[in-house]
Amino acid sequence: MTELEKKRKHAPAPALTEWEYAPAPEARDIVHLEERYGLFLGGRMVEPRSGTYATTIDPSTEEPLAEIAQGGPEDVEAAVEVARGAFENGWAKLAAAERAKYLFRIARLIQERSRELAVLESLNNGKPIRESRDVDVPLAAAHFFYYAGWADKLEYAFPNRRPHPLGVAAQVIPWNFPLLMLSWKIAPALATGNTVILKPASTTPLTALLFAEICRQADLPPGVVNILTGNGRMGATLVRHPGVDKVAFTGSTEVGKDIQRALAGSGKRLTLELGGKAANIVFDDAALDQAVEGIVNGIYFNQGQVCCAGSRLLVQESIAEPLIAKLKQRLATLRLGDPLDKNTDLGAINSREQLDRITELVASGREEGAEIFQPACKLPEKGFWFPPTIFTNVAQSYRIAQEEIFGPVLSVLTFRTPEEAVEKANNTAYGLSAGVWTEKGSRILWMAQQLRAGVVWANTFNRFDPASPFGGYKESGFGREGGRHGLEPYLRFD
Amino acid sequence: MTRLPVKKTYKLFIGGAFPRPESGRSYEAEGQNVARASRKDARDAVRAARAAFAGWSGATAYNRGQVLYRLAEMMEARAADLAGVCTGRKEVEAAIDRVVWYAGWTDKLAQVLGSSNPVAGPYFNFTVPEPTGVVAVVAPGEPPLGGLVSRVLPALAGGNTVVAIASEAHPLAAIELAEAVATADVPGGVLNILTGLCSELAPVLAGHMDVNALDVSGADGLVEELERLGAENVKRVVRGSADEQSPWAIADFLELKTVWHPIGQ
Amino acid sequence: MAQAPVLPRGFELPLEPRLPRIGSVDAVALEERAASLARRSIKRESKLQALELAVRMIDLTTLEGADTPGKVAALCSKAVRPDPVDTSVPSVAAVCVYPNLVPTAVARLRDTSVKVASVATAFPSGQSPLEGKLAEVREVVEAGADEVDMVIDRGAFLSGRYAKVYDEIVRVKEACGDAHLKVILETGELGTYDNVRRASLLAMAAGADFIKTSTGKIQPAATLPVTLCMLEAIRDVYEETGRMVGMKAAGGIRQAKQAVQYLVVLHETLGLQWLTPDLFRFGASTLLNDVLMQIRKQKTGQYQSLDYFTID
Repeated sequence: MTELEKKRKHAPAPALTEWEYAPAPEARDIVHLEERYGLFLGGRMVEPRSGTYATTIDPSTEEPLAEIAQGGPEDVEAAVEVARGAFENGWAKLAAAERAKYLFRIARLIQERSRELAVLESLNNGKPIRESRDVDVPLAAAHFFYYAGWADKLEYAFPNRRPHPLGVAAQVIPWNFPLLMLSWKIAPALATGNTVILKPASTTPLTALLFAEICRQADLPPGVVNILTGNGRMGATLVRHPGVDKVAFTGSTEVGKDIQRALAGSGKRLTLELGGKAANIVFDDAALDQAVEGIVNGIYFNQGQVCCAGSRLLVQESIAEPLIAKLKQRLATLRLGDPLDKNTDLGAINSREQLDRITELVASGREEGAEIFQPACKLPEKGFWFPPTIFTNVAQSYRIAQEEIFGPVLSVLTFRTPEEAVEKANNTAYGLSAGVWTEKGSRILWMAQQLRAGVVWANTFNRFDPASPFGGYKESGFGREGGRHGLEPYLRFD
Repeated sequence: MTRLPVKKTYKLFIGGAFPRPESGRSYEAEGQNVARASRKDARDAVRAARAAFAGWSGATAYNRGQVLYRLAEMMEARAADLAGVCTGRKEVEAAIDRVVWYAGWTDKLAQVLGSSNPVAGPYFNFTVPEPTGVVAVVAPGEPPLGGLVSRVLPALAGGNTVVAIASEAHPLAAIELAEAVATADVPGGVLNILTGLCSELAPVLAGHMDVNALDVSGADGLVEELERLGAENVKRVVRGSADEQSPWAIADFLELKTVWHPIGQ
Repeated sequence: MAQAPVLPRGFELPLEPRLPRIGSVDAVALEERAASLARRSIKRESKLQALELAVRMIDLTTLEGADTPGKVAALCSKAVRPDPVDTSVPSVAAVCVYPNLVPTAVARLRDTSVKVASVATAFPSGQSPLEGKLAEVREVVEAGADEVDMVIDRGAFLSGRYAKVYDEIVRVKEACGDAHLKVILETGELGTYDNVRRASLLAMAAGADFIKTSTGKIQPAATLPVTLCMLEAIRDVYEETGRMVGMKAAGGIRQAKQAVQYLVVLHETLGLQWLTPDLFRFGASTLLNDVLMQIRKQKTGQYQSLDYFTID
């Protein structure tokens, strides 16, 4: 026996047969839930004049969390009056530097209560704590910090124009990034001197209500921020109210068109941030392993419930096989489970309705002839869950390539040349975002120039920053949020 | 029995620490013995500022804004102490608000001062502002706190590191400010404050080959000499005032870089 | 052992015969992925499993000009029985020493499971003529070394003479005979992740059994992103050719917490198969005691002090 063989003989059993990470739950007790929440109007929690409440739940367990006031037409009336009063009697007249300091305070308070906000967000929305802790909450604080700095510098933002606030802004936000969408709406509105009535999505009101608490802690003058919880009907009433000067809506394209029709002729200012069906385009010279991370992030971040999700993978045919193989391998390492577990990658779908919609579209994909891949995934019994999914052999005409699924489902198509990639990417009524993966600089710039999308991510995806304007082309909406350009929708000029 | 207070020793602020002046000399100002910095202290301060530049200019604009806002928080906490060494509460509150104002500019400069330029050809062309480097500031004689703050904040907000010469007649506010800076998460060396005789220190900084820009706002009578010395390494020389509050004050300490790249398949 | 394929002139890895494309590495995305893996939270039994595995993966190292037989003998005792109080703690994988100390190590580690690894090829610089380097390798193998840790010629690599780098590795592999060859890339000198990937693929093509990050003599040594980059290259070679090459992260890993992060990166990139000392090693010295402290903390629930662990 050689020395080497002798050594092998002495050595103990080598590899592990399994290595589970063990649950690593984030403590829930930092969150203090009330049994029942009223509407936040004029700086206080008040009972809804409608008298109705509805239950909000944790979508990962279907456990009820709290009773939420459901505002009706009278509550909308009251809110508009309060917001108008706050605008005329205080907020607009306040020195801009003082307005800035309120917003700086709010930014700081969000940072101070960040863990509480992150846990509450995961509880009410179903998204993994890693995302709410590392993305949602820090970005929300950053938005307030960024726009705080603009409040007393507006004259530099628009050369030769004198800016003035519009008045009362009605803001309706979706359930996919409750706190973040709130900050995208409220921060620029307040910085520019407007007052707001914000309607959170009906399934995710809780972080907005905690934000109301933060406004109180910041001593924000009453009526500057009002949080009106309720259902879609109430939202429709709110945006149509004659006392509202500006409407900002983020949500489905269908409802966005509805609002645009309703506001026709009213003179109200409007911005819309609607759906998308983004193409994530991978060329054969891309840094492959990093492109895989980008694709995975693009469609599985927030369970794919993102307007700018990279839901169509357009891969250059010469690299398609190895890329798809790596992608499938990577999917097998995704962890689906308890949103409050720090190791979870994929959380719950936000509602039964959304889950049904995803299921229906996935079924259509199979029927139309696409090939489905889903890694072996144990779905919890309670709650709303969908495994990460890839469809290959997808044709442009299939519903899964045309319609926004808003779930963890990727449709893969191929292309041969840059022109073909552009053609396929632009062949949609949407135009919110796109991804380009190539190591060639000139090609990045050429693709960026050709793509009809409001946000182009090159060699990265799902990057957000308060300084970076975000918004769509075509039916993905109009208006921009973030950056200097994000101020314009909340101002008028003389 | 009245209690005997423990008197403060006034030292320099270099590299995030409070060293004694290298020469051991002091001078009398506002009834106190104040450190009299020498050319060697000035040299050390420039070294500290240069060492801190890569980190400060390399930090995100958001981070710089946060740090400057924290400086405002620390100043607010010391407002009473600061008021005691300058003209009073009003000056302190104005200075704090000015710090907040400049803190809010860090992540907006590129959007106002930079541009994407439509050149005649298939090229993507963009211009970005960048900090120039180490900035020497001769602070106005007065107001003691407001003058210093008005002249160092623009340079800091732009990502530069600063060596400032405090008001010669009223230096105590500068040291109080230094204490706020030291507790505000400002990395050591980003802002350095020297107290002493302006006529001794200003020419040293003006002629220093590793200082990129010079603010002569407080250098009455010396301006011509300083500008001439500054020509040795083509310093950017700025004449400002204690009243100014503007993004163009920041721009004075920024370079502009323009980049071209072809657009093609 | 798979035969290294013959490279054509120059260094352009073709798609056929079966070798992965060189390609590029995006630094920002790579570092982000490594950072995200580093935030994984490992608890309880899994942590203890990981820590014990980490011990078994350590190449306990001393590479000083001042090394003596006495020093190396003591190191070998520690290698075999790291924790005299808790005999359930396993031995480390190997001891790593300079050529002159190989006989001492071989004598002390006879009849144990701990292997003897020797650095060679004008470690750490590699800036010497090839013939001398090959003679050094033959001598340490003759003296009983089970493993040889060689350095690549970074001067040749950075000036584009890839064929020379390749050729040297092939020759050293020949001179190793039955001994395992680890190829040190000295990633801290290579400058970019693109270069690290290129050097990794080159070393594997030339027959390396292990690719190793660093000599430990310069900064930066091993980092999580550079390790991830090398593991991705190993994965590509495995997918293309079926050959399983090992990886050694050396230098700068001092804390048990870091070691666990490396194991997470390994697990997430190459899976359970690679979680074995036959395919992954830590090149370290102070790491061992920190891991022992953490093991004892996991078992007793109390934070530990270095006073209770032998230096060697």
